[in-house]
Amino acid sequence: MSDIEQIPVTMTVNGKKVQRFVEPRTLLIHFLREDLDITGPHIGCETSHCGACTIEMNGMSIKACTMFAAQANNAELTTVEGMANPDGTLSALQEGFRQMHGLQCGYCTPGMIMRAHVLLKENPNPTEDEIRMGIAGNLCRCTGYQNIVKAIQYAAAKLNDTEFQEAAE
Amino acid sequence: MIPGEFTYHRPTTVTQAVAILAEHGDEARPLSGGHSLIPMMKLRMAAPEHLIDLAGVESLKGISEDSGTIVIGAMTTQHEMIHSELLAEKIPIIRETSLLIADPQIRYLGTLGGNVANGDPGNDMPALMQCLNASYVLTGPDGDREVPAREFYEAAYFTALAPEEILTAVRIPAPLAGHGYAYEKLKRKVGDYATAAAAVVLTMNGGTVASCSIALTNVADTPLFAAEASEILTGSALDPETVKRSIAAAEAITEPASDGRGPAQYRTKMAGVMLERAVARAVERATS
Repeated sequence: MSDIEQIPVTMTVNGKKVQRFVEPRTLLIHFLREDLDITGPHIGCETSHCGACTIEMNGMSIKACTMFAAQANNAELTTVEGMANPDGTLSALQEGFRQMHGLQCGYCTPGMIMRAHVLLKENPNPTEDEIRMGIAGNLCRCTGYQNIVKAIQYAAAKLNDTEFQEAAE
Repeated sequence: MIPGEFTYHRPTTVTQAVAILAEHGDEARPLSGGHSLIPMMKLRMAAPEHLIDLAGVESLKGISEDSGTIVIGAMTTQHEMIHSELLAEKIPIIRETSLLIADPQIRYLGTLGGNVANGDPGNDMPALMQCLNASYVLTGPDGDREVPAREFYEAAYFTALAPEEILTAVRIPAPLAGHGYAYEKLKRKVGDYATAAAAVVLTMNGGTVASCSIALTNVADTPLFAAEASEILTGSALDPETVKRSIAAAEAITEPASDGRGPAQYRTKMAGVMLERAVARAVERATS
C-alpha cells in the first residue's frame, strides 16, 4: 500500500446512504461491485463502449467503468437492484424484458434496463428510432436488439397506460 | 484496467484549480467529463499524479449570450448543449454535431471544454469551433487570454494551452439569423470517431453565397479550417464547377492517417464527399 491517502465518499445507492473510504483511483464500477456487493452493473468491455456497467446517477445514465467513485461523491445512484417495485414485483421495464424475451445470455440486461429507465423518464413515448438511438451506447451480442426494442415499447405502453401492440415482423 | 495512483483534488473555484495546476505543473491534469482522460489513465498512457476534478466549479457551467456572442462554460456537457433552447435558436449546428458524438451515456458527461482542449484530432467540436470562428478563454495564474480556435491546434494533442492554464469558456459569435448550416460525419458505426467530417456555415443573398465557412474533422493531425475552400464559394452562385473547385481546395489541405478507418486517399475523398453534402444541406436550410 502506498502513501496515497484514502478519501471519504458518501452516496445514496438504491435509496440507501453509504459511506466508505476509497483510493482516489477506485473506479465507480469496482466500488459498487467490490465494496458494496452490488453486482448488477456488469463489467463488459471496461472501455466505455459496451454499456453493461450503465447505472443512473442524478437522473443521468452513466457508464460506471469510466468514472471514479470520488466523482460520484454526494450523488444519488440507482442500479438494476433498485428497479423492482417497492412490493418486490417487477417494474414495467423488467416485466417488458421478461415478456418480450429481451434477453438471452443476460449480460447486457442490467445496463440496458438502466439506460431504458432514464430514456423513458426523458421521453415517455419514444418512437422505435428514438429507442434505437437511445440505447446506442449499449451493446447486445445475442438478441439482435429487436426484442429489446419491443421490451422498451412494452414498458412505455404500460407506464403510459396505453395498449402495447407488437409490431408485425 | 486500473489507473495508476494519484491525488484527487476537487476545487470549487477556477482560481483554486489554477493554483493547484501551477503548483504541480506537468504532474497535474484537469478532469472534466473524463471520457478521454480516464480511458487513457486506465491504459496507463496517462498517469497524472494530481487529478483536478473541475465538476465542483460552478462558474464553468452554463450557456449565456453576451451582446451577440454565445458564451459556453467549459464544463457544459454535450447533453446540456443538445437541450439548450438558446443554442437551438442561435447556433443549431452545435446540437446537430453533439448528437453525432459518442453515445447518450457519454454525452451526459462529456463536455465542450474537454472536447476542444484535449487536442484529439478525432474530436468533432474543434473543427466546428473553427468553422464558427470561436475563441477559447484560457485562464492561468496571470488571468485570462483568448485564443481563436483557428490558431489553437498545433499537432495531435499539442495546443496553445499552457500547462498551468485551464480552458474555461468558449466564445462564439452568433451566426446571422437565417444562416444555413450542416455537419456531415462519416463514421463506421454509431459512436465512432469520424472517418471524415465537414462543418459548413453559410449565408445566402438571393442565389449567391454571401459568406461561407468550412472546417474538416479527423483528416489531419489537427482540425482544419478550410480558408481557400470557403473563399471559393463566397460570392458564387454555387454552380457545379465552383463547388467542385472548393471541394478540391478542401481535399488538398487534408493529410489523413491510413488506419482502421481507411487508407489516406479514401479519407481525403470522403472529406470531399462530406463537404459536398454539407454545402448542399446548408444551402437548403439558409433562408436569408
